[in-house]
Amino acid sequence: MSLKTFAKGVHPAEFKSLSEDKPIEKMPLPSEVFIPLQQHIGAPCTPVVEKGQMVKTGQVIGKSGGFVSSTIHATITGKIKTIEKFPHPLGINVPMVNIMAEGEEELLPLENLPEKWENASREEILDIILRAGIVGLGGAAFPTQVKLNPPKGKSIDTFIVNGCECEPFLTADHRMMLEQSQELLTGIRIIMKVLNVKRTFIGIEANKMNAVDTLRQATKSFSEITVVPLKVKYPQGAEKMLIDAILNRHVPPGGLPLDVGVVVQNVGTTIAIAQAVTAGKPLIERVVTVTGDAINEPKNVLVRIGTSFQQLLDFCGGLTNNAAKIIMGGPMMGVAQSSLQVPVIKATSGIVCLSDKYTQAKPIYPCIQCGNCVSACPMNLLPTRLARYAEVGNLIMAENLGILNCIECGSCAFVCPAHIPLVQQIRLGKLQINELKRKSKSI
Amino acid sequence: MEEKIQKVPAGESQMPKVAPAKTSESPSKPEKRAFILSSSPHIQAEEDVAKIMRAVVYALLPTAVFGIYFFGWRALVMMLVGIAAAVLTEALLNLVQKKPQTISDGSAVVTGLLLVLTLPPSLPYWMIIVGAFVAIFIGKQLFGGLGYNIFNPALLGRAFLQASFPIPMTTWTMPRTIDAITTATPLGSFKFEKTLTPYLNLFMGNVGGCVGETSALAIIIGGLFLLYKKYADWRIPVSYLTTVAIFGSLFWLINPAKYPDPIFHLFSGGLMLGAFFMATDMVTTPVTPKGSWIFGIGAGIILVIIRLFGGLPEGVMYSILLMNAFTPLINRYTRPKFFGEAKHV
Repeated sequence: MSLKTFAKGVHPAEFKSLSEDKPIEKMPLPSEVFIPLQQHIGAPCTPVVEKGQMVKTGQVIGKSGGFVSSTIHATITGKIKTIEKFPHPLGINVPMVNIMAEGEEELLPLENLPEKWENASREEILDIILRAGIVGLGGAAFPTQVKLNPPKGKSIDTFIVNGCECEPFLTADHRMMLEQSQELLTGIRIIMKVLNVKRTFIGIEANKMNAVDTLRQATKSFSEITVVPLKVKYPQGAEKMLIDAILNRHVPPGGLPLDVGVVVQNVGTTIAIAQAVTAGKPLIERVVTVTGDAINEPKNVLVRIGTSFQQLLDFCGGLTNNAAKIIMGGPMMGVAQSSLQVPVIKATSGIVCLSDKYTQAKPIYPCIQCGNCVSACPMNLLPTRLARYAEVGNLIMAENLGILNCIECGSCAFVCPAHIPLVQQIRLGKLQINELKRKSKSI
Repeated sequence: MEEKIQKVPAGESQMPKVAPAKTSESPSKPEKRAFILSSSPHIQAEEDVAKIMRAVVYALLPTAVFGIYFFGWRALVMMLVGIAAAVLTEALLNLVQKKPQTISDGSAVVTGLLLVLTLPPSLPYWMIIVGAFVAIFIGKQLFGGLGYNIFNPALLGRAFLQASFPIPMTTWTMPRTIDAITTATPLGSFKFEKTLTPYLNLFMGNVGGCVGETSALAIIIGGLFLLYKKYADWRIPVSYLTTVAIFGSLFWLINPAKYPDPIFHLFSGGLMLGAFFMATDMVTTPVTPKGSWIFGIGAGIILVIIRLFGGLPEGVMYSILLMNAFTPLINRYTRPKFFGEAKHV
């Protein structure tokens, strides 16, 4: 039987064996944390604590107003040393709350939890998710309570759990599916209640058949939950590709999964919902895959948000001498880091440490029109044209050719024999177009 | 997972307590190392323009070897002259234009070799040099170098030679002869004398013709290698050859005495070389899958029309050059539908 998948895409080497058999390890508490006040898409949080104040783990330190918002909690017990700007993994300096560990670690659980979640109302559950500060842990960090609350008029019939983890190297979701299947199941049931949907699919790439078996076992008595093994192909875990593979529905350009009646959540997010709703645990920690050929002991680590990369890498045996590039996220879409001072944030799915073997500069040739990028682009775009138009500043042509549909998955640049930085140029074009749109709107 | 989260009644703070804050590490001392910053993706497939060009040269080796076998060592010297002239032209032009040197990408080697493979085996060496110079200078560098040219450089060089030196460009020698006895190509003998060449000869290549176009066998071996490596779009040879076969059969069925059969069409002249190595040139052919079909079909129709109704016996060169000219237009009108743009549900 051929496995379900989407059209086009690429086949990068997997590199998962470095860490896929390593059970999740809990890292000892860090001596200090740097917690950014914005870790999600939407309105940034304003601090509700002050310098010098003692805080407990789980205590709210930042809140934001507006519809698309989230909550930020202290992730260790201690004293707030300062609230100022520090380097963020996305390459900017943002306000962070710097907490020094002090006193006995104590976790404040969320308040006003229902006795049994089965009896809680939809609104109650959404409120818990907001108060728990849960955002999409796959990397986009979109506030989860917003995603689970589709606007009126959009009817949702299917929930999909994204267990693809299609980025090479990363294994955190894989380990969670193996080790936390019961919590994952609870999370699914909570979400199905919130969305009022009758069916759920768990999409898992076929390189994780042990996770497929584990979850089939765990969901045996739930006929409405189906585990779907998917062909191993990048970017299978992109929401639109995942929905295409499982349901053969195509999200329209500029649209969202809810336009085709679907909500997708990542494995980690689903488990975080279960932990918040059933046990009152706010999102203070997450599983991060620390891997690559330039880290001494690749591991899957449960780590507090705000722990510096340096401390986390030290916990994994430190970097090798030939470490050349540190990436937050996977190697296809992740962000290269200049400093190890930056903290683990809610969107940190992994830290990939690459040696100089992977960072040799390759010669850049002119585009030879080979069409490799066209054959690879899962969004059916012409990456070589988009990059060229963006480069020369012809934003009108770039937009006509659908540059804004680009999901920046990196498939085009991955296969380009001329080594043209296609994604970089396209990203720049998108930024400029969006900037112009914002300006013309504000006039 | 080690930490078991238990259900806690609302309001009570009975969460499992973690050991007092202490770490196995000393407070973080960020390493003072410089890391490489670059845009994603951070890994790439092992693909390279120079590697593609090398593969094309390897794919042409069987054709070159058969050419030398049929037309003698002179054919080898012709190839070396053509390659040297093409590479030198590119090197000199880069020097004159004060541009970075580009000969290491290997495309000039491919152009020089391909050009010679499309030339008569008795052509004077100096004409080869002129052809290679025109191919690189007008065919490629004038447009801005590799990737920017509209026409296949080797074919453009050949077209120039054809126009400038029509007699030497249509003087053919018998294969495997010592004194270079002149002969006609299978297409020529059909067009002007209505004689057919045996199929086996056409397939193996011991017929009159250009250095590298006579052996369908050698070309197909190399062509399949290119297709296997995905360095040539299979749609183009498939659509080009199929169109020639179908369109050719049409006339053959109408009047078998006047028009040749499709097998003769396929295996004579430069069609095989053109279909596998010229029409698949990445730079000058469409980037879209639909565009590749149109390119092949268009070239096939033009070829049959030239062969049957034109003044020349052969039309591969012009069929491809003409479609090269349409390539930007084809690209524009064959943009794939965006994901989700087509009504799907």
